[in-house]
Amino acid sequence: MTLGQGTEDSLFIDVVFWVIAVSSIVSAIAVVQSKDLFRAAMFLVISFVAVAGLFVLLRAEFLAAVQVLIYVGAISVLILFAVLMTRDVEGGSPSNRQVVPIGILAVLFGAVAIFVSVDTDWNLLETTLSSGTVTPDVADGITGVFSNTVPVVAKLLIRDFVLAFEVASVLLLASIIGALALVREG
Amino acid sequence: MDLPEWLAFGMAGFTLAFIVINAMIMSTALYTWFERRALGRFQVRLGPNRWGPFGLLQPLADIIKLITKEDTIPDEADRPAFTVAPVVLLLPMLLVVAVVPFGEDSFLGRLNVGILFIVGVTSISTIAIFVGGWASGNKYAMLGAMRGVAMLISYEVPMALAIAGVLLLVGPALPADAEGFAGISSLALSKIVESQVLPFLLVSPLAFLVFVAAASAEMSRTPFDQIEAESELGSGYHTEYSGIKFAVFQLAEFMAPIVTSIIIVTLFLGGTRGFSPVPEQIWFILKVFVVIFLLLWVRATWPRLRIDQIMAFAWKGLFGLAILNLFVVATEIEFLRTSDGTLSTGSLWLMAAINWPVTLVSVVVLARLLGHGRMDRPEPSPSPLANMYAEAE
Repeated sequence: MTLGQGTEDSLFIDVVFWVIAVSSIVSAIAVVQSKDLFRAAMFLVISFVAVAGLFVLLRAEFLAAVQVLIYVGAISVLILFAVLMTRDVEGGSPSNRQVVPIGILAVLFGAVAIFVSVDTDWNLLETTLSSGTVTPDVADGITGVFSNTVPVVAKLLIRDFVLAFEVASVLLLASIIGALALVREG
Repeated sequence: MDLPEWLAFGMAGFTLAFIVINAMIMSTALYTWFERRALGRFQVRLGPNRWGPFGLLQPLADIIKLITKEDTIPDEADRPAFTVAPVVLLLPMLLVVAVVPFGEDSFLGRLNVGILFIVGVTSISTIAIFVGGWASGNKYAMLGAMRGVAMLISYEVPMALAIAGVLLLVGPALPADAEGFAGISSLALSKIVESQVLPFLLVSPLAFLVFVAAASAEMSRTPFDQIEAESELGSGYHTEYSGIKFAVFQLAEFMAPIVTSIIIVTLFLGGTRGFSPVPEQIWFILKVFVVIFLLLWVRATWPRLRIDQIMAFAWKGLFGLAILNLFVVATEIEFLRTSDGTLSTGSLWLMAAINWPVTLVSVVVLARLLGHGRMDRPEPSPSPLANMYAEAE
């Protein structure tokens, strides 16, 4: 699926894309600019939801659902819990002298990210299928992946890369135990 | 008239969404009447019975009253967040209905990740409750919201584990084929319904019990209504709300049992399945109604739990039961599944025969471990009011 082909169908998608993209970026800026910690957390939620919308546009339904489940449902709620425990909610960030170096770093990172995304030869579905380099069987397989990502993701996640998946869970478990050990009395 | 494709698509979508949203809101209005009448019956009183036959027009009177009331916003409140919170609480309820199949071919969206979507979207209501309580700038609302967030994220864990136990029973995903069939994953609700040759209530009763308990905590009704414990917190996170905003909060709260029943029916009672002279949609509504009544029965029977009891029940009780269920079901499937990963009806019956005793034993053992024995219940201490009456006489 490519954006902006000029047909009526993609006009609709284009409108949705721009609404999502702008709201995502605006709320992301609001997160760092907001003085009120609670407001910042709320804008972070909006940004997460907008990213889930981008995943839907890319036909990655599974990622979108997981994005809402983990980032909106779990991580944001944890941040809200942290807000509850914070005394000075409306104080804003403490000032520091690192604005200039951080700004330069951010500009550099942005430039690299834009360069990479423009320069990379992306494997788009249409170009791959029409190039004639793949057999019809493989082409069917690729189309199947695009129409139904869940089994493919499942197979990769809990068969091919199961070790990495489990190591990540063990890491999380270790951090939970570490946190408990830190707050334990006596 | 020749409409452009996107406009036709948009209009059709809008019309269907309009019908479904209005059906949900109307049935919620009717449900408030039913709940109050039934609660009256449970508590040996009448319930609303003045306006219309059997008091049926009571919801209309309530709506008019709530809309015409003054809509106050406290000075301390965070105004935009205060206004948005009720809408955010209502949103997940309506979104869930969008992916549920009401019949084999009647649904709004055939989402391939249906059940994951439901779990993700319902977790938004936690945020809504927190925002409502925080933005009110009121200590009681804040306390209600804190309790609410702690309780809701705790009960999401056993609920998700119970759902995982159900998903194991659903057959493997079907890949897309050349005839235009887009493929369907085992997370899709229509696939879950389709694979319930035997309702999953029979096959894995433990998952059903855990899910029902966790879900009734998620919709925060008695016995789990610590979020708005009237005797301690005013009325919890919506203490400061009035008028139309309060009405939207109440709408979301009364819609929750309906939505929960819809999910329970889809996951455990075979959803739209039924036998043939009666259409599937009617079967679905009948089952939903039965589950709604059972949930109401639970609500009318139990008193409110303390907050520490609620948290202990989630982490020490339901969490263990859900993991046990997942383990037992996974082991059974490992031995019983056929070479292509499906389960025959015979093996489903066999699993039911194993799972029912496991459920009974584990629930009894858990009750022994967590609850007070019949003999060593603490003596109830007489209320201070009892002395007042004695002195007055």
